[in-house]
Amino acid sequence: MPPVLPPTYDRVGRHGASPDVSHDETARFNFLTNLNVFLGQRVFPGTKLAYEKRVRPKQIQDRQCEFASQREIRQAMRAEPIYQSWAALRRTTMEMRQQAGRHIVLRQLDRLNARVQQHNAGKNTLQLDANVKIPHYISQVDNHWMPGSYYTEVTPGDAGAGASYDAGVFVTTAGSMSAYGDGGGRSIVNFVKERFPTFQPKRILDLGAGIGVNTLPIAAAFPDAEIIAVDVAAPVLRYGHARAQSMGYTNIQFVQADADDLKFAPGSFDWVQTTMVLHETCEQTVRTIFRRAHDLLTPGGLMLHVEQPNFAPDTPLWDRFTRDWDSWYNNEPFWAKFHTMDVFELMTTAGFSRDAQFEARSEADIEPGRYQPWASTLSRHKPELNKAGAANDGARKGEHWYLFGATKSNVP
Amino acid sequence: MTNLDVNTLANAKAKGKRPYFFDDPAVERVLSITMAVATEVAVLRERMDTIERLMESGQPVTKAAIDAFKPDDNAARERQEWHAAYVARILRIVQQELQALENDALNVSSQDLADRQLAD
Repeated sequence: MPPVLPPTYDRVGRHGASPDVSHDETARFNFLTNLNVFLGQRVFPGTKLAYEKRVRPKQIQDRQCEFASQREIRQAMRAEPIYQSWAALRRTTMEMRQQAGRHIVLRQLDRLNARVQQHNAGKNTLQLDANVKIPHYISQVDNHWMPGSYYTEVTPGDAGAGASYDAGVFVTTAGSMSAYGDGGGRSIVNFVKERFPTFQPKRILDLGAGIGVNTLPIAAAFPDAEIIAVDVAAPVLRYGHARAQSMGYTNIQFVQADADDLKFAPGSFDWVQTTMVLHETCEQTVRTIFRRAHDLLTPGGLMLHVEQPNFAPDTPLWDRFTRDWDSWYNNEPFWAKFHTMDVFELMTTAGFSRDAQFEARSEADIEPGRYQPWASTLSRHKPELNKAGAANDGARKGEHWYLFGATKSNVP
Repeated sequence: MTNLDVNTLANAKAKGKRPYFFDDPAVERVLSITMAVATEVAVLRERMDTIERLMESGQPVTKAAIDAFKPDDNAARERQEWHAAYVARILRIVQQELQALENDALNVSSQDLADRQLAD
């Protein structure tokens, strides 16, 4: 069965803050997207085969025992040629994607920043605070090899880091997070509406919101709510605010603050959200976020987090190895530790009662009809549209979002 | 107008020690350069494809027309099929090494066969 083709980059969702993307820049992203798909669908499965047929038997032969940890597998895999090829190609593809996105943004930085400023000027919904310090978990290494991370400014008042992030998400995920990259936020809304059908939050806090890709669907689903999107990095907030404003979202405030030092009043939110954020923090901050969320919520309020599921006692060592890979090699150093943490225990410690806690999976939601009908995301996420795709379990992994959280008392 | 060295800035290294996966980092260096060149070949090919489609439809082939070109569903599919074929071609050896691992029958050594016949 041939690998499923990804959508072309010209179908990416555009808005008033989008950088201009030339013909050749689009073509470059198309190649890199296809390269990602080939590596994911064709080469990556070979690393497990190499593990089963070569690496594990050699361990048993040499040491007369099985691997005891994913770190032992990591060490042994380093000598495996198929793994070397996959990992080196994945790494270099990520670097090329970052370079391509940065070049697009940097070549038009003044124009782009002026466009962003046009949307931001005079709006009290963008609240920056130059006194906010970048926490160590963001400053020690650049997450997912994003040069300069979320916070570096090339020029004063720069929004470039946000634009570069926005441009590249589509390539890394082969469009599978939808045209506006908001598949996560859309599936959060689906989950909340289904699980808590009468929930009408008035005030929502989204921590680590970045450029707000996953905040927007929440704002759209609850147009009467006031959304506070918090991040530590000014460039992503400037860009995110302009992006949201240009798309007609006026009920979101973008606020620069550190999750460890939030100034909001106790009991002032009905919903506290993070979306793929906790693994980019640290253990202490996860504990603080849970505790502060409990404090900030109204009785009956909702705390909700989207993440990869953490390890269960029966999670196979190979799966632990592949899921910790980004922690070792994609500059997300806390993720391996986070995988071992019991979030339910932590929520209990933070004051959420066990019977008010939950975990769930929500189907990834992409806008139907946005991509060409043959594009991989549709066939992956809606298998009924592509029978061939339905049998390909490898390619369909990750089509569900994992969510966990708690309500402050019973139901919101 | 800010006067930026865009090429140097775009190439900036991310903070964090770079992992190398091949036994010799030089292999990785060459692979990285090769893949960057491969990317640019793909860019040229897609530009050629756009020029051909503009010419076929009788439109003027100008830089502006090339940058404004949006492939319809059919053209987009054909272009992605080309990318998929191209990626498969340049990463052929990776796929073949995988096949060798999947199927031992593919690994009979002609050298061993030749040496054995001489020894008989």
